[in-house]
Amino acid sequence: MTDIVTDGEVEAKIKNFTMNFGPQHPAAHGVLRLVVEMDGEIVERADPHIGLLHRGTEKLIEYKTYLQAVPYFDRLDYVSPMCQEHAYALAVEKLLGITPPPRAQYIRVVFSEITRILNHLLNITAFALDVGAITPLLWGFEEREKLMEFYERVSGARLHAAYFRPGGVHQDFPAGLGDDILAFCEAFPKTIANLERLVTENRIFKQRTVDVGIVSAEDAMDWGFSGPMLRGSGVAWDLRRSQPYDAYDQIDFDVPIGKNGDCWDRYLVRMEEMKQSLRIIKQAMAQMPTGPIKVNDRKVAPPPRGEMKQSMEALIHHFKLYTEGYHVPAGETYTAVEAPKGEFAVYLVSDGSNRPYRCHIRAPGFAFLQATDFMSRGHMLADMVAIVGSMDIVFGEIDR
Amino acid sequence: MTLPTPEALKEFGDQIMAALPQDADRIEIIHGELILWVKREAIVRVSTYLRDDPSCLFKIMLDICGADYPDRPQRFEIVYNFLSMKHNRRIRVKLATDEDSAVPSITGVFSAAGWCERETWDLYGVYFSDNPDLRRILTDYGFEGHPMRKDFPLTGYVEVRYEEKEKRVVYEPVKLKQEFRSFDFLSPWEGMNSVLPGDEKALQPKGPEGKPS
Repeated sequence: MTDIVTDGEVEAKIKNFTMNFGPQHPAAHGVLRLVVEMDGEIVERADPHIGLLHRGTEKLIEYKTYLQAVPYFDRLDYVSPMCQEHAYALAVEKLLGITPPPRAQYIRVVFSEITRILNHLLNITAFALDVGAITPLLWGFEEREKLMEFYERVSGARLHAAYFRPGGVHQDFPAGLGDDILAFCEAFPKTIANLERLVTENRIFKQRTVDVGIVSAEDAMDWGFSGPMLRGSGVAWDLRRSQPYDAYDQIDFDVPIGKNGDCWDRYLVRMEEMKQSLRIIKQAMAQMPTGPIKVNDRKVAPPPRGEMKQSMEALIHHFKLYTEGYHVPAGETYTAVEAPKGEFAVYLVSDGSNRPYRCHIRAPGFAFLQATDFMSRGHMLADMVAIVGSMDIVFGEIDR
Repeated sequence: MTLPTPEALKEFGDQIMAALPQDADRIEIIHGELILWVKREAIVRVSTYLRDDPSCLFKIMLDICGADYPDRPQRFEIVYNFLSMKHNRRIRVKLATDEDSAVPSITGVFSAAGWCERETWDLYGVYFSDNPDLRRILTDYGFEGHPMRKDFPLTGYVEVRYEEKEKRVVYEPVKLKQEFRSFDFLSPWEGMNSVLPGDEKALQPKGPEGKPS
């Protein structure tokens, strides 16, 4: 409360006022409704209201077979679909006790990293847009289009791929895709360099982001941060390195960390991660063996279409897999992957039937958004936009 | 870095059990993941121990979620997932509760617990005492019921639509255009298990002359 004093006496008391930010605000990154309590231009308290995009994914998955649940994961964080399928596929594989063949593991690594670039391109450029730069978004989307073409060539869909499935991946690379991905890896550093030249040292961008929304390493851990938000605060933790899954243990890459934990550091970490992703893609493409792309167990993975035309057994397997699905032995697992936003995990409980008994989704953005209040307290309203932008919020995964 | 062996996990679990004899019930190891069952009242003590003890240092509380098992006397399971970056280890802490008993909140130990507990309250109706802000989080304003319970129907009870005449969104009971379809796929995948007449002879032990005795 502020007292306005005229002629020595209190004339009026100005109360803190409450402001509604969103849910239809372009800087709210979807359907965030922030109720902000303000003292003038200073944020006193921020209360994010979420759930406007709640679709009951977890409940729906309980009513679907294990294979039918895969597409729901694309629709959680819709800018990094394959990484979430990855977590689910790994969880189901763990319960089934199967390991995908090496080629499938490398394909997953390649597409996980493509997804990471896809995600970071959107976040970095949308973040720049939030603080006033339009051009990066246009450049970023041009590159995203190329990456989504890779998605389309391998799975048939630009966004909701349903490509990583328990037991491997759906299809092998079509002819020429590998070369095109490598060609992209050669050309993309130029785009990163352009973006860096435009944004990184830009005076306005730095004024809006440096020393804004500082999170110390202790606070980041206390609030359950992961991914670039944690690394931006100087904690070198990456699940691909410390708890490697699929073929990540065969691949050499660096884990960038920030120094100050402010919005600018988080931006820099994501920039560097894109370069590291290119390194990973190149290595994975070079090491990728030939061979099958899904397990050779007809009780889990469907037979090839050609075989179905010839073999009665294959036809029965196909029919049973796509109606009843496979039964997963009773058990439970918490399986996490390093999604572009942070630790994305699936807590999957099976009761031995063909449908998950419980499927809880741990979304990294949920923890970030929870910390909005703590991160934005005492900042200006305009900084709030920068803070929310640097968190990499996507409502599909937060609301589930 | 390799995953810890089951023996190492067992040893670590026993060590926690020894340190918290009153609070911890038992340990389980499923698929190489350590699960610690604790008493409901003890969760604050347990999580503080897990965070601060030098052999644990589970500094990150990743997630809290519920699970509903209507057949059990205490139908809800509350599942906490912790991560120790120092030791590169995960642990899952579980406790059982029912509709009426409150679970102590661990927001005082981990700030990240606040929303997770709100979510569990919203979806399962498990009450967390001492949570400073236990409102609904994912469901609609004014929502009734706890949708992730197994006895809550998938379709819910109310639906919304925009009413052109009143120029506003109205809430109505759910009307299904088509009956809700629940497929029973629990037929045996392996095919016939019953023995065909005559097949039992193949399983009988052979007599000395090689003929069925």
